[in-house]
Amino acid sequence: MYAAIAAARQDASVLLLDKSLVGRGGATIMAQMTVAAAIGHEERDHWADHLDDTLAAGRELCDEKLARLLCENGPARIFEMDRWGAHWARGAGGRIRQVQAPGHGRARCCYVDFLNTGPGVAGTLRRQVSTMSGVRRVSNVTVTDVVVHDGRAVGAVGLDVVTGDIVTLAAEAVILAAGGLTKIFRRNSASTNMGGEAYALALRAGADLIDMEFVQFFPIAHLAPRLVGMDPIMWDPFRYKLGGRLLNGDFEEFMHRYGGQDSGKYTTVRDQASYAILKEVESGRGSPHGGVYLDFRHVPDATLRDAFGPVIDRLATNGIDLTQTPVEVAPTAHYHMGGIRVDQRMETRVAGLYAAGEAVGGANGANRLSGNAITEALVFGECAGRAAGAAAAGTSSGWNDAAAEDAVARLRCAAETFSDDGVPANVLQRRLQDLMWEDVGPFRTGDQLRRALDGIGEIRETPATVHAGGGYNLDLQDRLELHAMLATAEAVTRAALGRAESRGAHQRLDFPESDSGLVRNQVIEMKGEEVAARW
Amino acid sequence: MSGTTARTSHATTELRVRRGGSGDPERYDMYRVPYEEGMSVLDALVWVRAHVDSSLAFRYGCVNANACKTCMALVDGQVAYLCTARLAPEGAQVEPLPKRPLIRDLVTDTVPDDEKL
Repeated sequence: MYAAIAAARQDASVLLLDKSLVGRGGATIMAQMTVAAAIGHEERDHWADHLDDTLAAGRELCDEKLARLLCENGPARIFEMDRWGAHWARGAGGRIRQVQAPGHGRARCCYVDFLNTGPGVAGTLRRQVSTMSGVRRVSNVTVTDVVVHDGRAVGAVGLDVVTGDIVTLAAEAVILAAGGLTKIFRRNSASTNMGGEAYALALRAGADLIDMEFVQFFPIAHLAPRLVGMDPIMWDPFRYKLGGRLLNGDFEEFMHRYGGQDSGKYTTVRDQASYAILKEVESGRGSPHGGVYLDFRHVPDATLRDAFGPVIDRLATNGIDLTQTPVEVAPTAHYHMGGIRVDQRMETRVAGLYAAGEAVGGANGANRLSGNAITEALVFGECAGRAAGAAAAGTSSGWNDAAAEDAVARLRCAAETFSDDGVPANVLQRRLQDLMWEDVGPFRTGDQLRRALDGIGEIRETPATVHAGGGYNLDLQDRLELHAMLATAEAVTRAALGRAESRGAHQRLDFPESDSGLVRNQVIEMKGEEVAARW
Repeated sequence: MSGTTARTSHATTELRVRRGGSGDPERYDMYRVPYEEGMSVLDALVWVRAHVDSSLAFRYGCVNANACKTCMALVDGQVAYLCTARLAPEGAQVEPLPKRPLIRDLVTDTVPDDEKL
């Protein structure tokens, strides 16, 4: 949405497509945590310090130019969002409140109370986008191909999911802002539309992907008891504000065994914490549902209520009283550091094809700091929109029917081939999620990764059931999504197989140490019909 | 998704779901679904799609968080979000929103007019 706003500010005529409802899907709206930017309201800060912290977390693999862009432009985006009516939490004298998340050297992370940062940001952008006369919003269109002609992106082909009609869209520039890939894993904290479609579209259009082996597993996602009406990653802000003890199934602290320091504070970065939790579970010291305990029993009720107000009531309707019982938490696929390779204008190697937000790879290297994801959604969106809008101004689309022919034929074949036999695509998606979790999850080995590639191939060959029916055919949507999920899953798996070391979020049990010879980024590209890795 | 919840029993319950599009005769399908205390109506519908009938259509986005607000329908005659409506042990009847044009099964036209092609 930020990209659409920024492009319209360049007088571009913008079509903002969303396969669900505009501004209702994706990752931002799910984020209950914070937005990191060195605005210095809570204490003295500078974007260069934010950059230092971001680079340190990235384990030597960050694209420094992109990381700098993120940190340097973060404050301007926070203030612009403020002018647009984002309700950043404020403290004394009207200063924006900031908390210190793990890995940040300062209290740098802005938020919207109570646990409302993502919906607050998404709502502000929805309102702002609706005031831009240059932006036309279209919901319920799923894009299946970017059309490339003479080496330039000239539009897209997609499906109107409500009518079942195939649509073709000519454009002077295309921005991919369809988020990450967490849905390819069984345990994930994503909206249902985060199946890695941006990556699959970019690959097929001829763009490079980078750092695809680095999937962030969020360490303390809610596991039990059953919780509805809340994001499973909600415990992070509780820990920023209140600490909270992580305990194994025997109610012992354990982070120190893995080089972390926890003891009720919240200082361990995500890759270390996920590693420690999964090792405890593997050693038979997990909680009953296969995670660990997060314990706030030492925090007085009044303090809990002061920090989280109505959220405490929502927990009560889920039968959770933090003063009485610890909850169970475990790692979940949460974010993707890798993504589409772009330059500082967010343009891919395909002219006219841009990326924004989580779809962009490289800024966060091997591990992302808490709070940097929405910052990059805002900053990279603004950069991509500005660059694409300027490039589009005064040109006309090089749309070419012949260039779109293959994409239209592929979609027509998918959309008009019905079968009551086979396996429903939602079941095949689940098979893929299980396989990715078991073999390409937080811990990997070469044998597992090779097995995963075989499994991906088998799923690809399995005929999917698609019952006939025109409008809102979920079977068909699942099949299109599965197609993208498989391409993205293969990209992650091949990259993971190629990196024979452990670094940040990529942990190889067969190569447990970091290799100083691999302080390099790996690229995934299409070679003919094959997904291939290169250094 | 909040992950796997340990099954403590093998209880089941029944879901009665209005099916079909706007021009179709009124029809309700019955599904027997596994029941666990605390589960949502959306959990049960997702289970039906995976195990009984993948053609059943409903809108949902954020799965669990009640952030996207797209899963609204009638549960036992009351407007509710499918993701936060708890399934009762005795089951539920699920129908599309009555004041919106029906597209298919539980999906109604909730897209604002200025967001259509």
